[in-house]
Amino acid sequence: MTILPAKLPGTPIAVAMSGGVDSSTVAAMLKREGHELVGLTMQLWNQRRLAGQEGMPEQVQGRCCSIDDVYDARRVAEMLAIPYYVVNHQERFERDVIRPFVEEYLAGRTPIPCSLCNNHLKFDQLLLTARQIGAEQIATGHYARNEYDPERGRWILKRPADASKDQTYFLFGLTQEQLSRTLFPLGGFTKPEVRELARGYGLALATKADSQEICFIPGGDYKHFIDAYLEEQGEVVPDTAGELVSVGGEARGHHAGIHNFTVGQRKGLGLASPSPLYVISIDSERKQVTVGTEQELQRESLRAQRLNWISIAGLEGEMRAQVKIRHRHDPAWATLRTTGADEVEVRFDEPVRAVTPGQAAVFYLEDEVVGGGWIV
Amino acid sequence: MDANATTPLLPEVLETMRPFLLEQFGNASSIHQEGQQARSAVEHARGSVAQFLGCRPSEIVFTSGGTESDNLAVFGSVRAGDHVITSAVEHHAVLHAVERLSERGVDVEFLPVDGQGVLAAEDVRKALRPNTSLISVMMANNETGVLQPVEEIGRIAGEAGIRFHVDAVQAAGKIPIDVASIGCQLLSISGHKMHGPQGIGALFVRRSTRLEPLSAGGAHERQRRAGTENVAGIVGLGAAAEYAMCSGGAERMRSLRDRLETGLLACAGGVNGGEAARVPNTTNLWFRSLGSDSLDGEALVIALDLKGLAVSSGAACSSGANEPSHVLEAMGVTADRARSSLRFSLHRGTSEDEIDRAIELVTSQVTRMRELSVVTR
Repeated sequence: MTILPAKLPGTPIAVAMSGGVDSSTVAAMLKREGHELVGLTMQLWNQRRLAGQEGMPEQVQGRCCSIDDVYDARRVAEMLAIPYYVVNHQERFERDVIRPFVEEYLAGRTPIPCSLCNNHLKFDQLLLTARQIGAEQIATGHYARNEYDPERGRWILKRPADASKDQTYFLFGLTQEQLSRTLFPLGGFTKPEVRELARGYGLALATKADSQEICFIPGGDYKHFIDAYLEEQGEVVPDTAGELVSVGGEARGHHAGIHNFTVGQRKGLGLASPSPLYVISIDSERKQVTVGTEQELQRESLRAQRLNWISIAGLEGEMRAQVKIRHRHDPAWATLRTTGADEVEVRFDEPVRAVTPGQAAVFYLEDEVVGGGWIV
Repeated sequence: MDANATTPLLPEVLETMRPFLLEQFGNASSIHQEGQQARSAVEHARGSVAQFLGCRPSEIVFTSGGTESDNLAVFGSVRAGDHVITSAVEHHAVLHAVERLSERGVDVEFLPVDGQGVLAAEDVRKALRPNTSLISVMMANNETGVLQPVEEIGRIAGEAGIRFHVDAVQAAGKIPIDVASIGCQLLSISGHKMHGPQGIGALFVRRSTRLEPLSAGGAHERQRRAGTENVAGIVGLGAAAEYAMCSGGAERMRSLRDRLETGLLACAGGVNGGEAARVPNTTNLWFRSLGSDSLDGEALVIALDLKGLAVSSGAACSSGANEPSHVLEAMGVTADRARSSLRFSLHRGTSEDEIDRAIELVTSQVTRMRELSVVTR
């Protein structure tokens, strides 16, 4: 038997409000339940910083920290009569999310900024701010569930009712302390139900579109973002142009820079071939991008490092688990085995397609998140 | 306790305004009786504001507030090819205005301040050039309350025959202002910083000072500010000026501010600009966490607000989040310390009880945040 996180009486709950439907619904739901609330929005990035630079849109219509979203969040807070504040965490976001994002791509990996943001901003900095202002818990609009299991003595992160909205892949880095202070009130609802709730609460933004792309890159053109960011920083965009080679090592052509590629990518290779070619791997030191067939994209194993365990305290020896290697991936059965301090090897029962360094490998048992790590 | 953001409208000021919002709704430019009544009220207020600043009524131009006054002074005085001298700690109403000028071919020089936030008047003299057309320096800083040597700068400007604008928005109502002894040609004030209404301000424009208007339209305000007069606002500003001249509450504010400062220094790291001459209502303190760490000023502001104490830190950006203070940065304050700095500003109605409660709230919140930093470290 597990226990849902209790809402502590006597202290307000901080609601992380983005101005979207989900977090607004959370605020309205908790308010209706009679909790004392404080609404917080994180100012993370100034879209105008890179606006108008080469390849970046002149007009900023982005979703990240746009004035419109803050306006929406503020209106919801006003309607609910809860205190509301925008907190500036731009420096931390740049250091812990933007910088690593750029550096990972330049190193030939494919980063997940949302996980970094969850680990370093939402459930770290924002939770700290919340506690500093007297709120002992935060509530977010994530689609995930969070329960305490007294038998194991651990907080358990679980998949939500709406499998199509499951965000647990991005939350694998949460510590026990963070989970113990976090409420995911939408975990038991589907997105259509949440929109229905929002309408019922009289929220004008019930029909507002979902956010899709990486929040700080409106339009999703990450390559131009990297160039524009480095230029703004007065840094030279490193020349990572090099060779396209086959799995056997023979030269197949040239490419303009390794950060234009991600494992499994098919478009933009500029190669003629009778059968489709994909990026198989990226070697940042030799600036080489290996291309090959669908068959050559299959992998039987991977190694993951910088691990975080949730339902167990740590892995000793081996265990069976279902492993998800990207956000949109059906978990595949595998055997996990400790291969070093803070490293596991994941051996899949059946080969999986496009294991991508920089992405997370998240381990599941049924609907529980066992833990996860970063694919190397 | 954030009077430098805005002060409460005095009930007696509101009373003088009320008729002009209700039954006496004339346009001050109309020739009929209703219009003449409005005109007469505007001119009475002009007289009060002129007396408040020590100038002639005809030298007062009513504007929508401090920002417009500053903008009118800056944009109205400078042309492409000119050289402008200002300081690094000005309010954004001046800073952003001159930055815009520099995009239009004006050479703008931002003079530095010392560790206490004070500009050296001699630096102004050294910065003078043959094409200098404007010196713009604030009288009192909005974040620290630190006073600039405007009379000295006025003498230097006068000797060189250069136009001098003083942003006195944060000085008005706190210390006496006399445009003759400052020797400036232009001086800005704002109504709501001195217990008048929001949306009204004034610019002193010394006689025979040529000034290009910002807006095109009617011949209002001696062709310096087109647009129907905000009669109720002007009347309110006039009443606020009269109140400021006769109330004499500055010494009381100073003693309360000092009491607050002394009380808070038990838990604060120090006062930013504390060794400089300051207006009597402002103190800007920074707070240490544990060891050498600084406290998160933004969280402190929110926590205090939730307990009913309004203070401020830094400047607010468009989303409402805090931005690092350019004033503290110009004073050489480290980014960390700047982030932990809070501004407390009193008005004439601030009570002793409020001061003691503020000391208690801040002390207990700072203690709480320090304890938390041990737990989460």
